[in-house]
Order: sequence, then C-alpha cells, then structure tokens
Amino acid sequence: MYIYDNYDQRIVDERVAQFKNQTERYLAGELSEEQFLPLRLQNGLYVQRYAPMLRVAVPYGLLSSEQVRKLAHIARTYDKGYAHISTRTNVQFNWPELKDVPEILAELATVQMHAIQTSGNCIRNTTTDQFAGVTPNELLDARPYCEIIRQWSTFHPEFAFLPRKFKIAVNSHITDDRAATMLHDIGIKIVKNDSGEIGFAVYVGGGLGRTPIVASLVKEFLPEKDLLTYLDAVLRVYNLNGRRDNKYKARIKILVKALGVEAFAEKVDAEWQHLKDGPGTLTQEEIDRIKGHFTAPNYETLDASCEILNKQLSENKAFSNWYQRNVSEHKINGYAIVTLTLKKLGTPPGDITDKQLDVVADLADRYSFGEVRNTHEQNIVLADVKQDQLFELWQEAKAGGFATPNLGLLTDMICCPGGDFCALANAKSIPVAEALQAKFDDLDYLHDLGEIDLNISGCMNACGHHHIGHIGVLGVDKKGEEFYQVSLGGDSGPDATIGKILGPSFAREQMPEVIGKVLDIYVDLRIDGERFIDTYRRVGHSIFKERVYAKSN
Amino acid sequence: MPSLINQTNSLENTWQTISDYNEALPEGNILVAAQYWLDNQVALCERGNVSIIISGDTDLDALGAHLNKFEVIAVSFPAFADGRGYSQARLLKERYNYQGEIRAIGDVLLDQLHFMKRCGFDTFDLKDGLEAEKALQFFDTFSDPYQLAYDVKTPLFRRKA
Repeated sequence: MYIYDNYDQRIVDERVAQFKNQTERYLAGELSEEQFLPLRLQNGLYVQRYAPMLRVAVPYGLLSSEQVRKLAHIARTYDKGYAHISTRTNVQFNWPELKDVPEILAELATVQMHAIQTSGNCIRNTTTDQFAGVTPNELLDARPYCEIIRQWSTFHPEFAFLPRKFKIAVNSHITDDRAATMLHDIGIKIVKNDSGEIGFAVYVGGGLGRTPIVASLVKEFLPEKDLLTYLDAVLRVYNLNGRRDNKYKARIKILVKALGVEAFAEKVDAEWQHLKDGPGTLTQEEIDRIKGHFTAPNYETLDASCEILNKQLSENKAFSNWYQRNVSEHKINGYAIVTLTLKKLGTPPGDITDKQLDVVADLADRYSFGEVRNTHEQNIVLADVKQDQLFELWQEAKAGGFATPNLGLLTDMICCPGGDFCALANAKSIPVAEALQAKFDDLDYLHDLGEIDLNISGCMNACGHHHIGHIGVLGVDKKGEEFYQVSLGGDSGPDATIGKILGPSFAREQMPEVIGKVLDIYVDLRIDGERFIDTYRRVGHSIFKERVYAKSN
Repeated sequence: MPSLINQTNSLENTWQTISDYNEALPEGNILVAAQYWLDNQVALCERGNVSIIISGDTDLDALGAHLNKFEVIAVSFPAFADGRGYSQARLLKERYNYQGEIRAIGDVLLDQLHFMKRCGFDTFDLKDGLEAEKALQFFDTFSDPYQLAYDVKTPLFRRKA
C-alpha cells in the first residue's frame, strides 16, 4: 500500500494544526456557525442528531492492520465502542465530542490517516474495486491511479469550494464493476487502445440523489500521462459553470444534462487544450514511483487446487456455504479473497465494534499480509489468504461475528444510518434492514434466492444507494409519518441502471411482507439459474407491479 | 474597519468600490463592475483611474484585450462558499496573462487566504471585523502543496525529482 514520505506526512500534520486552530477559534466564538461549517465539513465533521459524526478517510478502502488498530482505539477511547463503514469505504464515528476531534486527528496522523475532504463541496475520497490488484480479469491494478488522484485532489486550491460534492471512482475490471463507477461525478475506466497503450475512458455526470443518472462518456481514450490535466479541465468547467443557486441542481450531472454531453465534452476539451502537455502532465517516474507502492506481497508458489481445502469443504456444510458465498477467486494460484460481512442480524449494516476491529487487524496480520480493504457494500475484505488457511480463518471470523455466509445475498444489504442518526433523513432505515434480516434469516432460502442487491436509503440523498439496488427501498415522509417506496431493477455494475419505482409507498410494518411478495414473484417466474435481476429484466416491471399491489381474495 | 493586506503587510486601500451607478462617480481610484466598464468604456477610459470588478459569471473573453489596462482587478466573493473566483483568478493570470494586481473582495475569510494566494491573488480585502495582523499568519498553512497552481508552477512530483 502507499506509504507516506516526508512530504505527505507534513501535509497531514499541517492539517491537524490547521483544524486545531479552527476548532479553537470556533469554540472561542471567533468563527460563526456558518463560517465553521464548511471548514469542519471539509474535515469530515458533521453535526448529527445526537453528536458530531466524524468521517475518516480510507483512500480507496485500503487499510493496514496498524491503522485498523488505531481505529479500534479511537472507537474505544472517543466513541461508544464502535465504528461504521460507509458506502465511500470511509470509516465513521458517530459519537465523538467536538473538543476531542483535533486530538483524534492527531492520533490518526500518527498512522498516516486523516479526515481531509471526506465531506463538503470538494473532491471526495476516490474509490475503486475492492478486489483491485488481486482479482483475475482486471486490466491492471487501479489503486496507483486512485492514489495519484488522491494527491492531486488533496487541498487543490482551485476546487475547495465547488458547487457541490464531487466523487470519482476508477475501475479496471474487464467485465465487472464493483465500484459503481458509472454512478459517479467522474467514472474512470482503465482501458487499452489498439496500440496496446494504457489510458482511460472518462465518464462524467453519473450520480444518485434526487436525480439519479448514469454517467456519459466524454472521452473515449485519455492517455495515461494526461489524467490530471484532463481532470483539472473537467473540474474547472464545472467550478465555473455548475449551478450555485439550487443545491439540488448543483451536481455536475445537471450541468452535463443542461449543456448536452457533446457540448460539455467540447467545453472540457477546449479547456484541456490549454493544460495538456503542461507541467501537470504525469511523468513515467511518478507513475512508477506510485506503482512501486502497490507491488505484490511475497506469495508462495502453490498449486491451484488445495487438497486440504477440498477435504474441509466436503466435510463441513457450514464452511462450504461460507466458502461459496464469501470467498472469491484470486489471480494467484493457492490464494483466495475473503469478504468478512458486517451484515449480521441485530447489527446495523456496516457497523463494527472496537473488539471486532482488533480481531480484523489480527486476522489480517496472520492470514493476509497485514492489509484490509473496506468495500462500498460496507463489508471488509482480506485479499490474500492462502487456501489451506481458509478453514482456520473461517472459524475465527465466525467467533468474531463476521462470517455470516450472505455476501451478495438478500441480507447483505447496503443501508445508510438513516433517521436513527442522520439529521437529513426522512425515515429510519436500520429498523427496516433489521426487520428484513429477521424475516429472511433462513440461509437455505437465501442461498436459493441467490444474488440480490437490496439497498435502503432513509431519504432522497440516497446514501444507501437505493436507486441501484436490484430492490431499492427509500424512506419518505408522508404527513409526518415514515413510509417506504420500493423500486426494482436497479444495477450498479457495468450495465448501470436506475431502478424503477414500483408504486405507492408502504408503511414500515408492511415492508417485510412486500419484499416477500417481490421475492415470491421472482421465484415463481424464474428460469433455472436466473438471478433476480435477470428475471426482472426478462419478464418486465409490470408483472411485479400488478402482483404486489393485487388485492388478496 | 475593512483591512487590506498582501501576503506580508497591511496596506492602505486607495481604491473605492462603486455599487450605486446612478450617482455621479466620486473622485479618485474606482472599481466598477466589469459589465459597467464594457458599457461605458469610452467615458471611463477618458476619466482614468478606473479598474474593474469581476464576478463568477463574468466572461473573461469579452474583456480579454482590455485586461492589462487595469492596475487592479477585483474578483468578488459574494459568499465564501462560491468558489468561482479561484478559477477566475487563475485564468486571469495563467491564460490571459494579466500582469496587474488581483484583489479578493467580498466574503474574504481567514481560512480561504491560503487557497486564494495559491490561485494568484495578490491582495485581500478582508471581511469586516477580521484583523490584518492575524490574517497574515494564514498564508503558510501548508508548506509544500501537491498540485501546481499559480504560485507553484509545477506539481510536487516534479519538484521532488
């Protein structure tokens, strides 16, 4: 992973000093609430229903075991003993005291962590495939490019006060997209041109929220060295032309739509002509330097098939279930990618206790070269586990409470903190998730249903990504009461699709039954091997609509 | 008392900002809205001692050939969260090769000074109530930035090499 040099460390240390000073001025009354707001936001500090929420940056989801231990320590010392993995792969603390935040940041800085630009109208954490670098079928490891973007975007002086927040994702997988790349302000797909040169297909203007839109292609092939000058051009066009009169129309997607993709792309290109080949152009030395931080660990030479593992799988059904769901193929023979799920019944999706964080750090040290990855689906990945150690790891993960074999299944939901914590929410989301987890807890049934993305957001801001769930649930406020709108057919993958609203919304207590009906319709109509989303696409929206709303006889 | 500073000192403000164009223009150095200047340029050039105020939606192309006539160009921040002025300042200096003084006016707060300096601002008309002496400490919050901008012409990765 990327290790700070003196320059990187100094920037983070200077930030700690800066924020300490800002907090002191605020507490002394020198900064107004309004003036302090963007400053604290750019440092990931929200004021929530009960306490400030601090969002710590985890660049492209990657953490060392040492960093995970520091997060555990912070959860224990400054919070109520738990943290939350966000859909931007960051880590959130829900109960810190404002006065403690400078101290927390100082602690984070000792392990090369910070909360820079995790909120506010600036460039946020760049995300990528959680299996980057270890999955077969990727063009190359996307993480070095994420790190290059991280450095470029950190305290970019021109883009600290954009019309609205700005999110970038990079994907390098040839057939898959685990980073919802097409739903980002900028989605970058790493590609090779006909001459075999590496470059980027650049998509702009995707996003969720009130106006969910899939990003449009604005640059078919951007040469590798031009990455940052082109990003500068896109951001400058946005900064100058994006709407600032209405925060719901301020995202770049609205600008792209208003201008039309072609006109937008021309504007960016015209700006880029001035920056192209200038000093912002990446050098091969720099690309190599950053890539040098993402080299393969010391893999052993192993056989593709592992006898001990095969034996354990045949002897233990529970282990085999977990292996089927939560273990993914690794590009190196004899290794596997393990996802530890944070979607256990009774726990809000993405929540993890300080003790669990310590366990994760230990597991990473013993089984996976001391590295951990957060996923945008709010789980945790150990990316380099030897196949003959999977059984041992599984037993320990089970004891730790994160081996529910439900990765990708119905109960592996994405869920925002919702009305229980968030000041913006119209409705609670966690109780809905819990009711669904409770109703659908039969693993055989869940496995039979197969892959289903169920995403829940407590309001239009769509932090729970409800638009791109195969089944999406959105909390809405109806005359002061919490109702839930269901949408179907969303997809975050390479064929990114925004789900379609099923019909009138439902009361919270109806939700398990409604989702049950949707699943029954699928089971009734599916052809062997079809996933939920495949059946939905084949039979169409209206059958689901008719049957869910049909009056019972 | 509003205070004007550059990156090292307090300055006397010799430019008066015009906001009411119905009244006769006062004596001395005046700053007028860019559009007002375009509409009245003959008379204003005759008068002399006139510079312009640029806002976020000012079309710099329309002013292109005239820019270096102005001793000062004020870039206004109607609200500190409106970040268009940062791009405007960089364009003025880096694209239009403006040689004069760029001044930040409006909602100019302490924590923005570092970013403004990086984008090419020379002087800063601090929002009412902010002390010049205190503000002068805010230019050096970060010593070695990652990106190139107006103040540092190359990105860190080229400077390190």
